[in-house]
Amino acid sequence: MDYVAVISVEVVYAVASLVLISAGLAIVFGMMKVINLAHGEFMMMGGYATITAVNYGVNIFVAMLVVAPIVVGLIGLVVERLVIRHLYGRLVDTMLATWGLSLLFIGLATMIFGNTTTGISTPIPGFTVGGYQINGYNFFIILVSIVLLVSMYAVLKGTRLGLVARGAMQNPEMAAALGYSPDKIYMATFFAGSALSGLAGAVLAPLVGLVPTSGGAYIAKAFITVIAGGPSLIAGLMSSAGLFGLVNQLFTFTVSPVMGEVALLIAAVILLRLLPQGVTARFFKGKM
Amino acid sequence: MTSNRRSFLASSAAMAAFATLPTSTLAASKIKLGSVLDTSGIFDAYGKPMDMAMRLAVSEINASGGLNGQMIDISAYDTQSDMALYSQYGQKLVREDKVDVVHGGILSASREAIRQTMRKSKTLYFYNVLYEGGVCDRNIFINGVTPAQQVEALIPHAMGRSGKKVYILAADYNYGQITANWIRKYVADNGGEIVGLDFFPLDVADFGSTIAKIQKAAPDLVVAPLVGGAHLSFFRQWAAAGMKDKIPLASTTLGVGNEHKVLTAEEGNGIMVAYNYSQELDTPVNAAFKKKWADAYGDDTNYHEIAVSNYQGVMMWAEAVRQAGSVNRDDVIAALETGLSIEGPGGKITVDPKTHHATLDVHIMEFENQGMKVLETLPQRAPIDTQAVCDLQANPDDNTQYEIQI
Repeated sequence: MDYVAVISVEVVYAVASLVLISAGLAIVFGMMKVINLAHGEFMMMGGYATITAVNYGVNIFVAMLVVAPIVVGLIGLVVERLVIRHLYGRLVDTMLATWGLSLLFIGLATMIFGNTTTGISTPIPGFTVGGYQINGYNFFIILVSIVLLVSMYAVLKGTRLGLVARGAMQNPEMAAALGYSPDKIYMATFFAGSALSGLAGAVLAPLVGLVPTSGGAYIAKAFITVIAGGPSLIAGLMSSAGLFGLVNQLFTFTVSPVMGEVALLIAAVILLRLLPQGVTARFFKGKM
Repeated sequence: MTSNRRSFLASSAAMAAFATLPTSTLAASKIKLGSVLDTSGIFDAYGKPMDMAMRLAVSEINASGGLNGQMIDISAYDTQSDMALYSQYGQKLVREDKVDVVHGGILSASREAIRQTMRKSKTLYFYNVLYEGGVCDRNIFINGVTPAQQVEALIPHAMGRSGKKVYILAADYNYGQITANWIRKYVADNGGEIVGLDFFPLDVADFGSTIAKIQKAAPDLVVAPLVGGAHLSFFRQWAAAGMKDKIPLASTTLGVGNEHKVLTAEEGNGIMVAYNYSQELDTPVNAAFKKKWADAYGDDTNYHEIAVSNYQGVMMWAEAVRQAGSVNRDDVIAALETGLSIEGPGGKITVDPKTHHATLDVHIMEFENQGMKVLETLPQRAPIDTQAVCDLQANPDDNTQYEIQI
């Protein structure tokens, strides 16, 4: 019974971390159709921002939840102004440009922080469930993901800002005709997407050994989750992260961690064969 | 067009002749030591200190008057963590620089990229890194520990301090697979049992489910030959789950890249390891080595196991050149094969004539406050894994990397 509880926590945690690593990409790729191959590096920079802030004496939660998203968001803003804004609507070109950016960021991080592994400890102690120890930090990640999804939904659905952003993504000319500048809206959206990537990198930083190339570990999973999710932002994210997290953890527990990763990828291939437009192209249609 | 090409060929041939002439006359007056290491790129945490250690050894030898009255000249190349550059610079060292010896290579792939070039050109080659064992080639000398040397020492000690039930977590490539096999063997030999075995690709960084699985299997000891930055997450997540004080951990890899300085004291304390070197080794040779390092490089204390192996490799070669009275390859090999030994920072290190591997001291250590405290020294452990498959005295023409069947 305790073991079932532990497995359930791990499954929910796996789903939550997929949501977390994919949220920023879902906005940048899902809404703006910019293939951001530097997404992993935005996360890596969020991690370094957190570790640097903590080393300067900032409270770890402030560093993760405030400092990192702002720092990475601002980097994203600069990138958008200098590079991305010239490439809207040119899907393949954004791929090339952001791949270059990803190499640049890896190089810069190596110059600044060196090529050695760094990291910080988790701020939350482990605790006991029956005969088992669980990483208390898992619950923090689950909580952050839930808050993230709820606030994304609230902003997009409930505020005028969200409405304008969605409108501009669907039909920029119409939004411009109504007096909104698509240029500014794109800029703000890219800022939000980068900040979320930074947040994800920051929140995951205490669990990993961070190196400048750490971003590479996340990028494939993030893209698979976002693409399999399909056109609806939040429903897509939840359904594909839920499915892949579950498959991954079930195979990890019953077979081995390697098979867990394999099963995730096979599930993605089968899913995209059956639903080439993603889950939400058929189910939850028209939802957020 | 043709005349152009002809004149170009003629002039470049002349230039090539000029370029090679002076170097070959110079070679008579100076000994040339070649080095190929990744001093930039993703493996630079290993390569940079190795390069510094090599330069320290050479400047020490030169300061004491050189070898047989000749100074050593270094030809060093940075392979930028790119395996393709190893073959390129390996060729360059033997063809253009015409070096007398090559020290270098970090990953096994890099060693295999240059080993045959060295063998064909009859250039003596030293590989000074801990690795999976099994290379059998008369032209190479290997100064790192192999899995059996480590595991043979570590497992009985760790089981003695914990219990009989062992869970193994290993990196999923040949080093991890081979080491896991040795762990299995020594656990069985010491009357224990394996209650779980998991392999992880090098980019896996999430160990939550594994930690739950380990608890279900309830072992007395976890042995973790995990490799690289992503795998470091395991030790962090293990501590975060509060497991650290419940089940003891041992590793055959943690600490080689100074990982004990990356983990906090709370995360690392108590992890058991076994290597040839620790900065905390309390011997006169190590104290002298640390002082020399500090004099040369200031307060940079990034040297580790394989940097010291590289230092010991250069010193071993130098001793053989002194004994042989020349840098001629066959004379130096003959001198090394007498079972030559030197006293290095990691302890006494002796050439095993049968395998060209090293018999060396293995120190059992425990992480303590971001250092590696030496608990016990097992003197002069032979490379028993390679010895089981390789006998260069019986088959001097052998040129294989054996997979050792256990």
